[in-house]
Amino acid sequence: MSRRGRLKLLAGGAVIALALGWLIYEGVSQSAVYFVTPSELVAAPVPGKAYRLGGLVAAGSVRWEPQTVQLTFDVTDGKTTVPVQHRGTPPDLFGEGRGAVVEGQWTTDGYFRATLIMAKHSEEYEAPHPTREGPGPGMTKTLDTQR
Amino acid sequence: MIPEIGTAALLVALALAVWGALAAALGARRGRTALLVSAEHAALAVFALLTAALGLLAHAFLTFDFSVRYVAFNTNLGTPFYYRLTAVWGALEGSLVLWAWMLGLYTVIAIARHRASARELYPWVLVVMLGVVAFFLVIMTGPAPVFARLSPVPADGRGLNPLLEDSGMITHPVALYLGFTGFTVPFAFAIAALVTGRTGDFWITTTRRWTIVAWYFLSLGLLIGGWWSYHVLGWGGYWAWDPVENAAFMPWLTGTALLHSVMIQERRRMLRLWNLSLVVLTFALTLFGTFLTRSGVIASVHAFTQGAIGVFFLTFLAVVVLTSLVLLAWRWETLGAQGELDAVISRESAFLLNNVLLVAAAFTVFFGTVFPLLSEAVRGVKVSVGAPFFNQVNVPVFLSLIFLMGVGPLIAWRRASLENLRRNFLGPVLLGIAAAAVFRLLGVGSALAVLTLALTVFVAGTIGLDVVRATRARLRLGEGPLRALGRLVVRHNRRYGGFVVHLGILVIAVGITGSQAWSVQTETTVNRGEHAELAGYRLRFEGLSESQESNHVKVTGRFTVVEGGPVGAVLLPAKKFYPQEQSPIAYVDYLLGLKDDLYLVLGDFARDGSHATIRFQVNRMVSWIWIGGVVLTLGTVLALLPERRRAA
Repeated sequence: MSRRGRLKLLAGGAVIALALGWLIYEGVSQSAVYFVTPSELVAAPVPGKAYRLGGLVAAGSVRWEPQTVQLTFDVTDGKTTVPVQHRGTPPDLFGEGRGAVVEGQWTTDGYFRATLIMAKHSEEYEAPHPTREGPGPGMTKTLDTQR
Repeated sequence: MIPEIGTAALLVALALAVWGALAAALGARRGRTALLVSAEHAALAVFALLTAALGLLAHAFLTFDFSVRYVAFNTNLGTPFYYRLTAVWGALEGSLVLWAWMLGLYTVIAIARHRASARELYPWVLVVMLGVVAFFLVIMTGPAPVFARLSPVPADGRGLNPLLEDSGMITHPVALYLGFTGFTVPFAFAIAALVTGRTGDFWITTTRRWTIVAWYFLSLGLLIGGWWSYHVLGWGGYWAWDPVENAAFMPWLTGTALLHSVMIQERRRMLRLWNLSLVVLTFALTLFGTFLTRSGVIASVHAFTQGAIGVFFLTFLAVVVLTSLVLLAWRWETLGAQGELDAVISRESAFLLNNVLLVAAAFTVFFGTVFPLLSEAVRGVKVSVGAPFFNQVNVPVFLSLIFLMGVGPLIAWRRASLENLRRNFLGPVLLGIAAAAVFRLLGVGSALAVLTLALTVFVAGTIGLDVVRATRARLRLGEGPLRALGRLVVRHNRRYGGFVVHLGILVIAVGITGSQAWSVQTETTVNRGEHAELAGYRLRFEGLSESQESNHVKVTGRFTVVEGGPVGAVLLPAKKFYPQEQSPIAYVDYLLGLKDDLYLVLGDFARDGSHATIRFQVNRMVSWIWIGGVVLTLGTVLALLPERRRAA
């Protein structure tokens, strides 16, 4: 292969590498989701940023309105409590006193608007087998990995 | 007693596998045939013992032997016969048995196929295959003991994970593991080539079929996994970029790259180093996938309960990669290309670009999958990237790949002249542009959808052009049109099998495009006798009923199609209450169609049946994905038929 051909090939490779790098950079900066606990969120909430908020669903906080398909509840880590609103049915494993990870955004109105709820088995239950939880892609271990 | 026999079988198999690997290596080095024969016998015995272990495990499940921990944890007295069989590989320990059994099977087939034809490489192939089997046997007898006893013996087992009570569970793991383990054979040949210094083209032509078979099963496993996700998990999608899906997708990408780069080596004797590296990479990724699934390092749908075995896998992975790198460095000088790239516009460079893009896609998937680990290690912040990342990064890459799918098979070798380009591509390009205009006029709004569909039309156009041209050439020989086409396809089955596989991929691409662009959903609460409406479809909620099934209680909602679809058709989404589970499991119901799937999930409901909250989805063109899988199967079978070109 000629010198010129080699150069062309190198240039082509460089273009692909740069394009890929750019795609990855853009992809990460646009779709990064931050794992936080209620305390971490309340300490420095940034409206519009994508969070995954993990904690326990506070006892007595769940309100479910079937007619409007509105679900509200509090997520707590024992120290801080964050109010959450969600439009949608409570997922299968969702319940008071159980772990949940909610994905969504902090709003300037002082509550967390969830777009996705991932419920999990409560802490003492040991799943003996692969388990999928929640409505979307499940997150069996999300809570543990946050600590 | 029977579990102890199982454990003993595995221990003996381990000893024999280690002996076989050593004997084959010694036999090859010293030229001692007796040792080689002994290694072969060891391999056969290992396979027999693994078969026995699998049989004994199945027996334990069928007879409800709850003294075996694995059985007690994955079945109970209510588990139906069929699912007791699939439960054999429903969780960690049993899946390893199946895995090792398949490796044993492949080893035996490799012996039968290659002992005479690949005399020099074959002993080392045996060494590698038995080495990998031995590794799995170490896991099965050490950190994940399959036949471990439970004391005291429970009266009933815990039961199978309800989500695994599905017919997909017989085919999905089997296909996936056949794919994963299948790549061990090309890897073994690559290592054998490096060890013996026979790094020429022989090993790669010998393993071509193995690669196709492994690739096919991996594709099938992915597709069936998508189908399971779609019709069982109830979120209405087929692919979530879950870490474990990614784990299976990465070797698929590099394996696809390998299928193509092999052709360049066969034809032009280029890319030797690249091909060896790709084989090693693909095999390493299958191990990495297993590590991800089994270690629990990354949260996932499929994560088995973790344990010490992650460390074993990581160590083995490191050994495999390091050994391969050392061997590659050792044989570096023999790996130079004999042919070389003549021009940038040529079939070689189209294939090269295809390879670069596929490996790049694998890299981005890898990056996104391990990103949470990276970000925590580097910045101390838990950050993950979800589906948007993977889609955003991969869509341009995959669109380029579809484009190359049209270019690669038709562009000239060595150097494509302008005349060659015009002759092969002017028609299809015009067809693609026309298609884009038509789709736009038909009201397709999304630019991405228009582009993807136009590209698929372009690629289909190139395939059509090639077939028409080649058939015409045969017509001139005086054959009838059908006969000409038939002979063409059979005589050149590799090429046309490849085309059919490409068509399958195109059909899948259309399905993905359609479902991503046009699917709609609503979440709503309906009162009994009232209607839910979406995209011109109307469903009437008729009420709820409760029934006692063999191992659970089922609450079923009844919905009748009253407008839009097949009027009068009934959808019965349900919630299943298993005694061993804390919460109910949703049971989806759906009506599949070529254009629209009606997809219904029962969410919440009033106990008296007066109202129910449902998620109602109209998923578009999803069926094309499954149809594409069938086309892909046909193409693979065609490509694997014995070649008859020389006889013709």
